[in-house]
Amino acid sequence: MAMADWLSPDQWSAVALSLKVSLWATVLSLPFGVAVAYVLARYQFWGKQVLNGVVHLPLILPPVVTGYLLLLTFGRRGAVGSFLDEAFGLVFAFRWTGAALAAAVMAFPLMVRAIRLAIEAVDPKLEQAAATLGATRVRVFATVTLPLILPGVVAGAILAFAKAMGEFGATITFVSNIPGQTQTLPLAIYSFLQVPGGDSQAAQLVLIAVVIALAALFLSEWVGRAVARRISGS
Amino acid sequence: MSLSVRLAHRFGDFALDVSFDAPAGVTALFGRSGSGKTSVVNAVAGLLRPQAGRIVVDDRVLFDSDERIFVPVHHRSLGYVFQEGRLFPHMSVRQNLVYGAPSRDAHSGPEFDRVVATLGIENLLQRRPGALSGGEKQRVAIGRALLARPRLLLMDEPLAALDDHRKAEILPYLERLRAESDIPILYVSHTMAEVARLATTLVLMEAGRVVRAGPAAEILSDPDSVPALGLRTAGASLHAVVAAQEEDGLTRLEASCGVLLLPRIEAAVGARISVRILAQDVILSRTRPEGLSALNILPAVVTAVRLGDGPGAIIQLRAGEDVLLARVTRRSALALELEVGVDCFAILKSVAVAQSEVGVAG
Repeated sequence: MAMADWLSPDQWSAVALSLKVSLWATVLSLPFGVAVAYVLARYQFWGKQVLNGVVHLPLILPPVVTGYLLLLTFGRRGAVGSFLDEAFGLVFAFRWTGAALAAAVMAFPLMVRAIRLAIEAVDPKLEQAAATLGATRVRVFATVTLPLILPGVVAGAILAFAKAMGEFGATITFVSNIPGQTQTLPLAIYSFLQVPGGDSQAAQLVLIAVVIALAALFLSEWVGRAVARRISGS
Repeated sequence: MSLSVRLAHRFGDFALDVSFDAPAGVTALFGRSGSGKTSVVNAVAGLLRPQAGRIVVDDRVLFDSDERIFVPVHHRSLGYVFQEGRLFPHMSVRQNLVYGAPSRDAHSGPEFDRVVATLGIENLLQRRPGALSGGEKQRVAIGRALLARPRLLLMDEPLAALDDHRKAEILPYLERLRAESDIPILYVSHTMAEVARLATTLVLMEAGRVVRAGPAAEILSDPDSVPALGLRTAGASLHAVVAAQEEDGLTRLEASCGVLLLPRIEAAVGARISVRILAQDVILSRTRPEGLSALNILPAVVTAVRLGDGPGAIIQLRAGEDVLLARVTRRSALALELEVGVDCFAILKSVAVAQSEVGVAG
């Protein structure tokens, strides 16, 4: 309540929207992140370097370029965008869903990196041992690999969440800067700085961004340690 | 119960070309590191898919390259005990033990209790693997493999990572396992003492090939296999019954060739044991020696002589119903005129026999 009074409706909606966009972006991309990280860490196949390159592309491309590519693909007239619209009524262009997609794509390489490192740290010999005991591949993953990489998955998720909270270039290019619809925290800060006298409102949002970022960092440390303790059993 | 393995596989410069059949009991793969033993076990487990071959366990074809049969690892009904245990670090000992257990009985019923009691790990069930000693880890790993109700038990140097004390702790469990269960066991080792105690069938490997395969007792007492087994570790096993525990710390044994006195053996009077006598610990004499400190003087007949390329010779002897090997110099073999059919005496210092060479007769 106090928070809502302290912030203007525009500011409040930007904070709420950013949390919503980042949360959905993180939660929905997590299974894909784990799957891609697993494939990259454990399998040798033709085209592995291509997959690796595509995953890392958003990290090295200018964000504006990524946003524009998203617009071409997932826009109303884009190949994938028009299909999803007709088949499922799912629209990305100029909606918060598009902001979530942009955030997910931009955060994906960081998430995959963290999880892949965790998977590579798991001795494949343990997975072999599980298989000799009759476990199917799915059971091996669920009972051996996943529990052991959980700290890495948590770290990857929180890293992705933090990246999603700060995403700017791809979002503004793909879904524009519509207050209440696609204006996330960074876009709101940018907009306030564009109008005379908006500095103080921007400063308030900056403060909130810092608090959220630090909270995410502490949470990740705490969860990581708790999970590691559970695994080692000490 | 039988095991039939035929396989060919190339890894770069290394070619594996192996073929052997084994009846029930413990089949030991023996050879230097790098001779391909682990690859054979991994092929039987399904962790390695050979380029060609056929692997059959009890009439069940696990692999046949011609018929394109390859049963995946998790359908092979195995128990695999690895050199490093490979316990799951995030699970308790109990959770590790029942990971492969197919039924409730194996989870908590009499079967579980029996395996846990046999291995002496009742007090470890709530612990994590990180809090176990090397010997405890290996016992848990053996229990985990057994509770999966395997049709075939694979053991890849299960004792190699342990010190002598821990080995001595686990070997009796393996001997009991051989006696009490009818699961065929494929056992990899490069330690002669272990192989001599456990193996019913021996497969000698060298550079990816089988140099010799057959009944263990036969191969171990054959002078011709000594070079492959190693001069310093060659030796044959005597079978004996514990007759008495003497007051001066010796144990009196009755073998078919006579009485043996050895340093205290922890076994009940009447127990049947086997004692491996190293070829290099045996001295030969044509006449019964007198005034000698050695306590064991056994009458024997020379059954084979193998003169080595170097200064040594290996003499095979029949002592009662057992076979002995003696390693002497060529010079002595010629001077004593040791030839097939010659009577002589095998002399053995009591203290030469190490505890690790004494096992349960199988």
